[in-house]
Amino acid sequence: MELEVTIQRYLPEQSSEPFKQSYTVPYDTSTSVLDALTYIKEELDPTLSYRWSCRMAICGSCGIMLNGKPMLGCNVFLRDYVKTGMLLEPMAHFPVERDLIIDMESFLTHLEAVKPYLISKDSKESVQTFEPNNQTPQQLDKYQQFSSCINCGLCYSACPQFGLNPEFIGPAALTLAHRYNLDNRDAGQAERMPMINSEEGAWSCTFVGYCSEVCPKSVDPAAAVNQSKVTSATDLLMSLLGGRS
Amino acid sequence: MQQSDFDILVVGGGGAGLRASIAAAEKSPHLKIGLVSKVYPMRSHTVAAEGGAAAVTLEKDSFQAHLEDTVMGSDWLAEQKVVDYFVRHAYQELVQMEHWGCPWSRKEDGSIQVRRFGGMKVERTWFAADKTGFHMLHTLYQTSLKFPQIQRLDEFFVLDLLVLDNAIAGVIAIEVATGELHLLRAKSVILATGGAGRLFRFNTNGGIVTGDGMAMAYRHGVALRDMEFVQYHPTGLPGSGILITEASRGEGGIMVNKDGYRYLQDYGLGPETPLGKPENKYMELGPRDKLSQAFWQEQQAGRTGKYGDSDVVYLDLRHLGEKYLQERLPFISELAKAFVNIDPAREPIPVRPAVHYTMGGIMTDAQCETSIKGLYAAGECASVGLHGANRLGSNSLTELLVFGRLAGEQAAENASNQDFAAMPALQEQSSKLQQQLAALNERTSGESWVEIKKELLITMEEGCGIYRTEAGMQKTLQTIRELRKRYQTVHIQDKSKIYNTEFFMCLEVGFGLDIAEATCLGALERRESRGAHQRLDEGCTSRNDQDFLSHSLVYFQGQEAARLEWQEVDTSILPPAERAYGDAAKSGDATKGAK
Ligand SMILES: Cc1cc2nc3c(=O)[nH]c(=O)nc-3n(C[C@H](O)[C@H](O)[C@H](O)COP(=O)(O)OP(=O)(O)OC[C@H]3O[C@@H](n4cnc5c(N)ncnc54)[C@H](O)[C@@H]3O)c2cc1C
Ligand code: SF4
Ligand code: FES
Repeated sequence: MELEVTIQRYLPEQSSEPFKQSYTVPYDTSTSVLDALTYIKEELDPTLSYRWSCRMAICGSCGIMLNGKPMLGCNVFLRDYVKTGMLLEPMAHFPVERDLIIDMESFLTHLEAVKPYLISKDSKESVQTFEPNNQTPQQLDKYQQFSSCINCGLCYSACPQFGLNPEFIGPAALTLAHRYNLDNRDAGQAERMPMINSEEGAWSCTFVGYCSEVCPKSVDPAAAVNQSKVTSATDLLMSLLGGRS
Repeated sequence: MQQSDFDILVVGGGGAGLRASIAAAEKSPHLKIGLVSKVYPMRSHTVAAEGGAAAVTLEKDSFQAHLEDTVMGSDWLAEQKVVDYFVRHAYQELVQMEHWGCPWSRKEDGSIQVRRFGGMKVERTWFAADKTGFHMLHTLYQTSLKFPQIQRLDEFFVLDLLVLDNAIAGVIAIEVATGELHLLRAKSVILATGGAGRLFRFNTNGGIVTGDGMAMAYRHGVALRDMEFVQYHPTGLPGSGILITEASRGEGGIMVNKDGYRYLQDYGLGPETPLGKPENKYMELGPRDKLSQAFWQEQQAGRTGKYGDSDVVYLDLRHLGEKYLQERLPFISELAKAFVNIDPAREPIPVRPAVHYTMGGIMTDAQCETSIKGLYAAGECASVGLHGANRLGSNSLTELLVFGRLAGEQAAENASNQDFAAMPALQEQSSKLQQQLAALNERTSGESWVEIKKELLITMEEGCGIYRTEAGMQKTLQTIRELRKRYQTVHIQDKSKIYNTEFFMCLEVGFGLDIAEATCLGALERRESRGAHQRLDEGCTSRNDQDFLSHSLVYFQGQEAARLEWQEVDTSILPPAERAYGDAAKSGDATKGAK
């Protein structure tokens, strides 16, 4: 079986304009879009560029737009696009570097901005006790889903707000902040709130919810952002009332 | 060419590289650390590890027991003092990960939960659902953000080491986004570049696992040790090779052939354990090499099934029930559904062995230093001596932490007492490399790297598979040497600078060819069967301590054939004994010396 795959190419050293190119790719029931790209690169056109590594939907490298929807290339299969055909484009809302490769820097900067690490309870530099903290399965449950983000960035391509304002720290970063805020071992919420409360934080979200729909790992960033707004509102109220030291 | 200076350069942003960077930053906060990786750190293949990380945890467990399991698993080819250091430092490293926020799975009372793992006598494997590597990698990456002195060079591809008077002086890298060459000078360098599973066609590894660091050290005269030992994982998905974790057997999954028979009992792993009652070291929880070999035997006997054009056996998890699978093995349920269209709660999963882990690697001493002063190696690219002839599952994630930390601390100490090498000599080395690259780029015709890669994968599978023969390995070695010659005039079509991924894939094939030769030479010269290295030819089908209780060391000789030496193994703690599992272990003396 064969399918025509159309790809939006961009070769900045040759032309400033993107262009479309189609390739005919053989497939069977287990051929993923990533397999198709590999086939094209090895057999038809070695200049085609894209990112990938794990090919098992866990490293977050291979995001693309497939017929306009953000997806992981390794996790969608040609068998499901026989009727509709296939148009692959680079992830929306990010600057394109070449072909399907986008510039990830803004995404990483946003992640870093929320202090996404455990800020421990005892003093600044915690005394090293060599025993684990206690955390019950219920306490783990509270944040576990929000800790499953693979940093693929698909939710940023889905987010109309990020499309309008790249300064918006966006769904994945807010989710990560929320993940640590919900962790019973963490005491860093006060340090993260200014970012979450800021103009580029949770309040930029207009609750479209498309981020959760495209998330390949069911992280449900929209829920995290929404919960953050509640925390943020309480936090703001508390500070108005002078309840925060 | 851009130039910059770092006290320490860490090459590799996987578990080992991140742990090393943090350790160096904690030990000597004033040092400037460069973390160089050809992909963003969280894309590193540590992310794919599913099962867990081992450390002595329960009351009934002991360091001695973990050491015995590891040494027996290694078929007595592990460095025993290294293993001893490892088992004693494992627990504190996993606790450290906990303090950094790693979401380890818990018992009801909130304490750490441990699970069974193949080849381990006692439950000692910590896990974070079935995404342990993912959680460890992200925890380490996120923690590394706390240290401003760790400067990341993401998507920088390292091409070569700079060595002066047998001391490390830095590395040369290309910035993938621009194609620009960088001379990165350093006082210490740590290689943490991962394994080389992509030398084989059918494997559980990500596309970046191409052995680059091994080849770089090897080309500068560092020995590659024990490269003939390549671990097959018994349960890869047919077609893609995607891993179905061993934890699925630890949780009670069973392996059956096409007749629904639990064939492992016929291969020294029985008697059959009752359904839902897995027992350590029996049946499905035997070590990986034995399980993969049993597959091969079943395949020869015509008792395997078919999935597409792959021969397969079946991993049956149905008796665990949907709810339990969702809770304990959510990721593998998802993978089975996506990649073979099977719901493990309803149907058995077709599986077959796939190349999984590179036991051998860059030879280091017990402190992670190589024979080049100031050059360290840690993680899967290294051979510190932990795994010998066969690695036990869940020892390697812990290895990344224990030896990543050690390498980071050693590198920091070295950098504190060291000056930078003088620039002119380094610039000279760099311009030489620059000319070679230019020659590759300017070549207008020749053979494509794709052809060479395909032939390499096929010949490795034929000659260095689960079972090996003299004739098969001779042929493969011959082929590799021819491919190395052909690679001299390899051709790439893409001449651009920005994200020229063809160029990097071509370089990876070049690295692969060199280490393939070392792998095959080690395999050919080891005329015995031990651990993951199993031979079918006469006189070589069993372990031979008389002649081969030694590490193989392979040395690069440029375009000439590589050279092999043997190195004595440290057996000072646990004298060699029979390696037996299942009930067979009871009659042998393998457990002598156990408490
Ligand atoms: C599917 C799978 C499941 C596994 N499950 C388990 C398990 O349950 N328990 C267990 O103990 N072990 C497991 N393992 C083994 C374990 O995960 C690996 O051995 C380990 O993660 C390797 O980590 P590392 O840091 O050495 O290398 P990696 O994580 O592979 O990282 C290598 C790094 O080096 C960089 N790099 C490589 N070449 C270059 C270059 N030329 N220039 C710049 N950077 C470079 C890469 O970008 C990457 O950042 C599993 C392995 C696989 C494949
Ligand atoms: S939240 Fe989901 S879509 Fe967004 S980056 Fe994380 S895994 Fe990707
Ligand atoms: S290649 Fe890793 S997520 Fe697709």
